[in-house]
Amino acid sequence: MSDSPIAVEQHGPELLHHFVDAEQQRDAATLGMWLFLATEIMFFGGMFCAYLIYRYAYYNEFAAGSRSLDIYLGTINTAVLICSSLTVALGVRAAQMGKRKLLVILLLLTIVFGLAFMGIKGVEWYQKFEEHHVPGHSFNAADLVKEYPQIHIDQQHEQIYFSLYFAMTGLHALHMIIGVGIFIFLTCYAWKGRYTPKYYTPVEIGGLYWHFVDIVWIYLFPLLYLIDRKPLR
Amino acid sequence: MATVAVTAEREHYLNKEYGIRSWLLTTDHKRIALLYLASITFFFFIGGFFALLIRLELLTPAGDLVQADTYNKLFSMHGQVMIFFFLIPSIPAVLGNFLVPLMIGAKDLAFPRINLLSWYLYMIAGVIYIHCIVYGGVDTGWTFYTPFSTAFSNTRVIEAGIAIFIAGFSSILTGLNFVVTIHRMRAPGMTWSRLPLFIWAHYATSIIQLLGTPVLAVTLLLVVFERAFNLGIFDPTRGGDPLLFQHLFWFYSHPAVYIMILPAMAVESEVVACFTRKRIFGYNFVAMSSIAIAVFGFLVWAHHMFVAGISLYSALIFSILSYLVAVPSAIKVFNWTATMYKGSISFTTPMLYAFGFIGLFTMGGLTGLFLACLGIDVHVHDTYFVIAHFHYIMVGGAVMGYLGGLHFWWPKISGRMYPEGWGRLAALLVFAGFNLTFFPQFILGYMGMPRRYWQYPPEFQVLNVLSTAGSTILAVGYVLPMVYFLWSMRYGKIANDNPWGAAGLEWKTSSPPPTFNFDEAPEVTWEAYNYEEIPAPAEVPVER
Repeated sequence: MSDSPIAVEQHGPELLHHFVDAEQQRDAATLGMWLFLATEIMFFGGMFCAYLIYRYAYYNEFAAGSRSLDIYLGTINTAVLICSSLTVALGVRAAQMGKRKLLVILLLLTIVFGLAFMGIKGVEWYQKFEEHHVPGHSFNAADLVKEYPQIHIDQQHEQIYFSLYFAMTGLHALHMIIGVGIFIFLTCYAWKGRYTPKYYTPVEIGGLYWHFVDIVWIYLFPLLYLIDRKPLR
Repeated sequence: MATVAVTAEREHYLNKEYGIRSWLLTTDHKRIALLYLASITFFFFIGGFFALLIRLELLTPAGDLVQADTYNKLFSMHGQVMIFFFLIPSIPAVLGNFLVPLMIGAKDLAFPRINLLSWYLYMIAGVIYIHCIVYGGVDTGWTFYTPFSTAFSNTRVIEAGIAIFIAGFSSILTGLNFVVTIHRMRAPGMTWSRLPLFIWAHYATSIIQLLGTPVLAVTLLLVVFERAFNLGIFDPTRGGDPLLFQHLFWFYSHPAVYIMILPAMAVESEVVACFTRKRIFGYNFVAMSSIAIAVFGFLVWAHHMFVAGISLYSALIFSILSYLVAVPSAIKVFNWTATMYKGSISFTTPMLYAFGFIGLFTMGGLTGLFLACLGIDVHVHDTYFVIAHFHYIMVGGAVMGYLGGLHFWWPKISGRMYPEGWGRLAALLVFAGFNLTFFPQFILGYMGMPRRYWQYPPEFQVLNVLSTAGSTILAVGYVLPMVYFLWSMRYGKIANDNPWGAAGLEWKTSSPPPTFNFDEAPEVTWEAYNYEEIPAPAEVPVER
């Protein structure tokens, strides 16, 4: 656990006994994370499939629900997440170059961005809660029906839009929480100087996970916020 | 243990450390396999207990042993326990965990701690599910069909859903570990074309676990959300589509059948080659048929929904695709049979299970073709014909494979021989009991007896009595191995490193293997199943 950025040993203590060499260990960990991301795609895929079917069936309600979301907060959140992905990518680079302090700063920035995202998301959810747009017994979309008299809106179908909205953004936020947890770990170890140019796999695969969660949002944002924002005639 | 000379001499994975901590905190894939063995055996007997209660209730036409509500819970919990807590983890998590690193010449799986985590997830799921059983159970059928499960059932659906969600992650992590291990941890010289077919089939299984299980996870999560937070995604009164649930559910749950049967096929390829002393016929075809089953398996799910109101044209496509799965399955059966042709066959216990597997799997598979046929499916849908069909695959196929594999590798796992005479007796009892239990159900189903009813017209009684009688024989056949395996751990004859004269790296290390599997790193210079170069044992080790 030396604080020096350059570890001179051939194999650090991080090489687990059952691997032949550090390269095999790194390959295995990276492949493992990619496979895990494949399962995550299938996991979100189930909900995207449901979204697709209901959007096709209840387009008016989906468009009205989409209009009711706060596009400014959504856009800011998208920007926040993209910034966090940038800090992650720069962090991996810093780890490769052995710049310990820079790595810690970038990881901390990522955590801050992640928390900011969840804070803004919380504000949006609170707005929906106040508008009675949370699915359940107190759901009421009469405001939307009144607001868009030009199109026919079925309140029950509107509820399906918001069911999917909360299920998808909720599970995405859960992944964000897990991601922040992972990055707190990474920051602690980075602070202790565990990561060297020879061994930075955890930063790399943690970054893969973060980018994935980011990409899910990149899909969720247009699918949920930007269905139809043209002025109604 | 001082009286046993051999164990005092050599250190292996079983005697390296003692005590409860050395088991609960182990990262050794062989010990984790044994943890799984103990826990899935526990759940097997719970599921079996439910099955016996079901059969007892069906002994008479009247509903006299249990109430209708209780009966609904019995078959639901029988299905969920047997599928999610026994069959899915059975061969991969026990035999696969033990053998995948040994067969490819690795010291351990790629992620030993994740392997232990997967067992803990399984146990957490198991505890939650047992809590669910004790505090009222669940009555949705193993399929959780909506809207019954989300809006009407007043049993513990949320708990069961969460338990199976967690068990699913245990299964995903096992699959992930296998894929990475097979890709990255092979010994020098162990090329893809030299891999044992056991590995190929486990590779295919792991792919299904990786890509299918998350879909089930999110589906069950949506059911749980719908019950807990009153979402409306599957609620038809709010415009939700229950059929969507069925699509998502079967997208996993049909491939899940292949998670159960592919590992059993994996075992059969090893056993058949060993006890006919020949290289498996058509190695490449058997290997690729595993991959083909995994791929086709993802494209047939809607054949469970032919009468649920899907469009006729999509039903037609799914029917054709379902027929296609028969092709790789048949390739395997024909190739095992061709391997036996002019082979030097010995009728040991594992081989008896292999014979049983081939016969019963063929029957299960062929009746599956009946069900893939649109017209016949309308007639036998939701009848005992379906029950008999999938029990021929899952019990006649997967459980036979599991038991055969357990006998075949028991000398390697425990370092002791099981009593061969008792083993053969149990194999015959299982075969006879199984057929007596489930063959009458084909006839019952064809005559129109629906599944999931606790009463039936009196004219069905004779066949039901036969079936119940068979289930008691089957129960004896399942208890016997547990008794003599436990007995053999202490009193069995000491096994040598390769009692069957089998090919494969796992037989080149000692029995039981040392903690890091091989004393020196193996290098593979031979093809798989090189039986012409391996002398057969002078006699098949038999202990009566």
